Amino acid sequence: MNPKADTQPADAAGGGVSVSPVSPGVGGAYEPEVSPTVPPAPAWPGGTSDRVTRILGVSTLVTAALTAWLGLVVTPPDKVQGQLVRLIYVHPAVATMCYAGFGLCALASLAYLWPRTRSRRWDRLAAASGEVGVVFCVLTLVTGSIWGRPTWGVWWTWDPRLTITALLCAVFIGYLALRRTGGDPDALAKRSAIVAVVCVLLVPVDHEATTWWASLHQTSTLFRANPLIHGEQLYTMLLSFVAFGLGFAWLVLHRYRVEVLEDRYSEEGFDAAISERRAEGGVLTAANRASDGVAL
Amino acid sequence: MLGMLLARRRWNALWRDALLVSSKDLRIEFRSRVTTTQVAPYAVLVLVLFGFAFDQDQNLLTKAAAGLFWVAVLLSSLLAVQRSYAIEATDGARDSLRLSGLDPAGIFLGKTLAVVAELLILEVLLGFGVVVLFGIQLHDPALLVVTCLAASVGLAAAGILYGMIAAGLRVRETLLPLLILPVVAPVLLGATQAWMAALGTAGGGTDGWRWLSLLVSFTVIYIAAGSLAFSILVEES
Repeated sequence: MNPKADTQPADAAGGGVSVSPVSPGVGGAYEPEVSPTVPPAPAWPGGTSDRVTRILGVSTLVTAALTAWLGLVVTPPDKVQGQLVRLIYVHPAVATMCYAGFGLCALASLAYLWPRTRSRRWDRLAAASGEVGVVFCVLTLVTGSIWGRPTWGVWWTWDPRLTITALLCAVFIGYLALRRTGGDPDALAKRSAIVAVVCVLLVPVDHEATTWWASLHQTSTLFRANPLIHGEQLYTMLLSFVAFGLGFAWLVLHRYRVEVLEDRYSEEGFDAAISERRAEGGVLTAANRASDGVAL
Repeated sequence: MLGMLLARRRWNALWRDALLVSSKDLRIEFRSRVTTTQVAPYAVLVLVLFGFAFDQDQNLLTKAAAGLFWVAVLLSSLLAVQRSYAIEATDGARDSLRLSGLDPAGIFLGKTLAVVAELLILEVLLGFGVVVLFGIQLHDPALLVVTCLAASVGLAAAGILYGMIAAGLRVRETLLPLLILPVVAPVLLGATQAWMAALGTAGGGTDGWRWLSLLVSFTVIYIAAGSLAFSILVEES
């Protein structure tokens, strides 16, 4: 069918493990060559099927299912809000995970900027948690919007809490865009870390927005001396924090693993490219010698 | 005693470096005239375009004048910051700045000061623009001037910090607005509210001086962050 597939058995066979950045179509006689100096795969994190990941994933599923059952079936509807109150088992937990993501991103960035603790690991953690934080920030805005429409009558209003959350989202989207610019990884890590540390200053402002300004958004339900909800509603809400927390950790772990793989890819790709150039050089030298021999 | 003396000497050296860098930037601007021939006309053009967008409705324009003024300043400040790094891009100027031995915080403050000076000139020009084109009356000149000062320093400090972060990247032209605009949104908000109070277009009860405190805290945070971050940013790459 594809004549190229026949002429390139090496690529077809090694397609799954090829680490070369050169596409198989370029240069008919190219065979991926991995130099012997390629570093071994890091012990941690292992594959997606390692024990920690599995336990995290399974417990996320179990607690999420339990939260859904308690939240949708067991707990009663609210006197004022009716069925809408069930969003309290999603929205606050999602928003907290958004803060957790940005907070973790900033802490890891600080650890990277501090010369004594500087390590690629912190940069990877910052990348992973920043990205997961943005996902949860968007989810916060979406679930809040869904809640706002029936209770406040609008999808969106220029309330301090809402506006600052939107700004927070925009600021960290900028952070992710900066992370994608490429170039020297260490310089980029430093620049990104500075942006993360500066941007996270918005998080406390966002959190206190409901108390500092006259906000349409309600203040905290849970974190006060006398929580505003009781009994099974309280337990379901607490369980939702556990479920989303586990899900958050699971996502960060997966995203961290991708960062490790990307680092390995660029390192090994570089090594492969060098050994390829060397091989080409070897061929050229041999050809030169041959032609020299003819001339002589 | 000795510590105080050393701190004092370092402080003086910092400001000497800052003045050196800012006078260099301003001299280049004065000679190349890019700010006067491109950025200033652009800012006025933005005001005129607002006039078109609002269908020359004088009442609406008067009401929105404060916000429109600050949006115009914001857009022009992006150009000023990009320009501030464009002059370092050629002839290895960035490397020579790095090798000059100047205090990184001094470089940050100097570049910020130069952009502040440009923004203040621009704001005077735009101020004439909104008075003439949008028909506003100035009620509280002291508040207007102090707001301009605080907001310009805040815009310049945040812009110079993010400009340095984006400097040297291939995608800096598109990345810089995405980084800066959400970050300086509080300046737009605070300065607009303070100006609305000063122009008398606010809906009553808006205390302009309280919004000014938001501007001042923003400015202080970014001056501090920029001075600290520049030592890291200058040493790398």
